[in-house]
Amino acid sequence: MIHTLTLSDLTVSRGERRLFHGLDLTLRAGEVLALTGVNGAGKTSLLRTIAGLLRPDAGTVAFHDGDGNPLDERQARGRETHFLGHLDGLKGGRSAREELGFQCDWLGHTQYGVDHAVEAFGLKPLLDLEVRRLSAGQRRRLAMGRLVGSPRALWLLDEPMAPLDARWREAFAEQMQRHLDADGLIVAAVHDPLPLHTRSLDLGALT
Amino acid sequence: MSRHDVEQEPRPPGLRGATRVLLERELDLAWGGGGGPLLACGFFACLTAILPLAAGGDPRTLGPVAGGVAWLALALASLLSLERLFERDMEDGGLDLLALGHLALEQVVLLKALAQWIAVGLPLALTAPIAALALGLHASLTPLVALTALIGGAGFAFTGALGAALALGAKRGGLLIAVVVLPLFIPPVVFGAGALERAGSGQPVGPALALLCAYVLFAAVVAPFAGAAAVRNAQG
Amino acid sequence: MFGLSNPQRFMAFTGPLTPVLWGLAAVLLGVGAWLSFTVPADYQQGDTVRIMFVHVPAATLGLGAYAALGVSSFFALVFRHALADAAARAAALPGAAFTALALFTGSLWGQPMWGTWWVWDARLTSVLVLFLFYLGYIALRASIDDEQKAGRAAAVLGLVGLINLPIVKFSVDWWNTLHQPASFLTPGSSGLDPVYLPPFLTMLAAYGMLFAALWLTAIRTEIRRRRVMTLRARLAQEA
Repeated sequence: MIHTLTLSDLTVSRGERRLFHGLDLTLRAGEVLALTGVNGAGKTSLLRTIAGLLRPDAGTVAFHDGDGNPLDERQARGRETHFLGHLDGLKGGRSAREELGFQCDWLGHTQYGVDHAVEAFGLKPLLDLEVRRLSAGQRRRLAMGRLVGSPRALWLLDEPMAPLDARWREAFAEQMQRHLDADGLIVAAVHDPLPLHTRSLDLGALT
Repeated sequence: MSRHDVEQEPRPPGLRGATRVLLERELDLAWGGGGGPLLACGFFACLTAILPLAAGGDPRTLGPVAGGVAWLALALASLLSLERLFERDMEDGGLDLLALGHLALEQVVLLKALAQWIAVGLPLALTAPIAALALGLHASLTPLVALTALIGGAGFAFTGALGAALALGAKRGGLLIAVVVLPLFIPPVVFGAGALERAGSGQPVGPALALLCAYVLFAAVVAPFAGAAAVRNAQG
Repeated sequence: MFGLSNPQRFMAFTGPLTPVLWGLAAVLLGVGAWLSFTVPADYQQGDTVRIMFVHVPAATLGLGAYAALGVSSFFALVFRHALADAAARAAALPGAAFTALALFTGSLWGQPMWGTWWVWDARLTSVLVLFLFYLGYIALRASIDDEQKAGRAAAVLGLVGLINLPIVKFSVDWWNTLHQPASFLTPGSSGLDPVYLPPFLTMLAAYGMLFAALWLTAIRTEIRRRRVMTLRARLAQEA
C-alpha cells in the first residue's frame, strides 16, 4: 500500500520543450497536492510521469509503504494508482453499466465499492444509457466511479471537476476527503482551488 | 457510510479475471459496430470475386492459383481493423487505463492480438475454404484451407498487432501498417499456400504446417514485447 | 568502441577518416570498373556477365547496411543513445539505394538471357523483400511527427526486421524449392570462374568503402542537424 510518493530531481520535457527540471517533492498518506499553473506548464505531464505513462528526462519517482520500504514501481502503478485524465477512457457504444463494470473489474473491486460509487455520484439513472448519450459532466461522474469502486491508494487527477456542476463538485470533494481520511494520497491538477486543505505546487513558476 | 466500509480490501481481478474481462470487452467492441465478423468476410468475398473478373473465369487458369489467391485475400483482409486496435484506445484515454491495470502491457498486447484473431481471423478461416472452392480448388483440400487459414490467421494477428502498435500516432496509419507488416506476412503466406500446393500434388504437408506453427509461435513471442515497447513509446 | 559514443569524439574521430574513405572508394571503384571491363567475357552469358560485378556487391551491401541498421537499432533501444539512433537512420537510405541498384541490375542481367524483365527466383525475390523492409522502415520513420518517438518506433521495427530477415529469407528459399523455376543469377553456387574473382572482390571492397563513407557522412550530417535543431529550440524558448 503506497504511503509515500517521492519525486527526486525530476526533469520532464514535452517534445523539444523542457517543462521543468530538478523537481523534488514528497507526498504522504492523507495529503493532497494541488498542481497549478497556466496551460502548458506541465501539470498533465507531471501526472503522467508519476503514473509511468511518460518517461522523464532525469530524476526518479519512488513509492514507499508505511514502514519506509520501497515498493516495486510497476506494482505500485499497476495496482495502487488511479489516473483520471482529461479523457475518460469510456467507450461510446457501450452502456454505462458495462463500462463501469469493466473499469472496476479491470482494476480490482469489491461489489460494495461499485454500489457505493453508483450512489456517491448518482449514477443509477445513467446505468442503462449508452455512454455516447451522456453529457460531459455525466461521463466524468461515471469515470470517477472507478476511483471509489476500485479502491487504490494514489489518485492522480487531471482537472477532475472541470465538467461538473456545483452539486457534484461537492460530492466529489466529499469522496476526496474520505479517501484522504483512509490514508490515501491525491495529486490533482486544478485551475480553481480545491475545497480541501491542500499543499500547492505552481508549475508555471518552476521553469 | 462509515470509514470502515471504504477500507475493505479490493478484490484483485487476478490473471484469469483480468484476461477474461479484457477479452470480453475487446470482442464486444470488435463485433459491436456494423455487422460484426461479417465485415471481414464481406471484404474477403469481394477480393475473391475480383480475381475472375480481372483474369477471366476459366477454371484452367483459376484452378492453379486458387490456393494462392485465397491466401493473398487472407493476408489483406487480416489488415482490416488493425489501425483501430490501439488507436481507438489512444484517442479516448483507454490506453492509459489499460497500462495501469494488474496485467503488464505485454499481456495486454497479447490479449488484444488474440481478440483480433478471434474477431477477424476466425471468420476468415471459415470463409476461406468457400472462396477457394469457388476459385476452383479441389474440394478435398478445403479442410486444409480452413486449418492453415486458422493458424496463419493467428500469425497475421500477432504481427499485425505489432504493426498497429508501431504506427500508433502516425499519419496515414492504415496504409503505413500495411507497408510495415506485409513483408513480415510473407512467411505464413509462403508456408500456408505452400502446404496447399504440396497437398495438391500429393506430397506430405507436415513440414509446411510445422513451419507455419513455428512462425506463429515466434510471432506470439516477439509481438507482445515489441508491441508493448512501441505502445509505451507512443504514450510518452 | 564505446568511447566513440560521445558525439564530440565521434565527430573528431570521423572528421579526417571520412575523406579517406571517399578517396579509397573512388580509387577502388575506378580499379574495379577497369577490371570489370577488361576481364574476358563469359562463355555462356557473353558480356552481360559484367553486370554481376555491379549487381552482387550491391545486394551484399544492401544486406550489410540492413545489418548495420538493425544493430544500431538494438543499441538505440537498449542504451537509448542518440548516436545509435542517428546511425540507424543514416544507414537506411544508402542501404535502400544499394538494394534498389541490385534490383535494377538484376533485372538488366536477366533480360538478355530470358527475355523477361524480371524473374521470380529465390535470390532476386529475396532482394526485393529486403527492399520492402527498407521501405517499411523509412515510411514508419517519416510518418511519425515527433522525432524522438519516430526514432524509437523505428528502432523497434529495425530490430524486429533484423530478427525476421533470416526467417523471411528462409521462407523464400523454401518457396523456391516448391516451384523450381529456371534458376540463374547464382554465380556462387554455379562455381565462379576464378578469373572473375579480382574484379568481383575489388568491386565488393569498393562498395564497402562507399557505404562506409556514405554512412559516416550521413551520421555526421545527422549530428549537425540535431545540433541546429537544439539551438533553434533553445532560441525559441528564450524568445
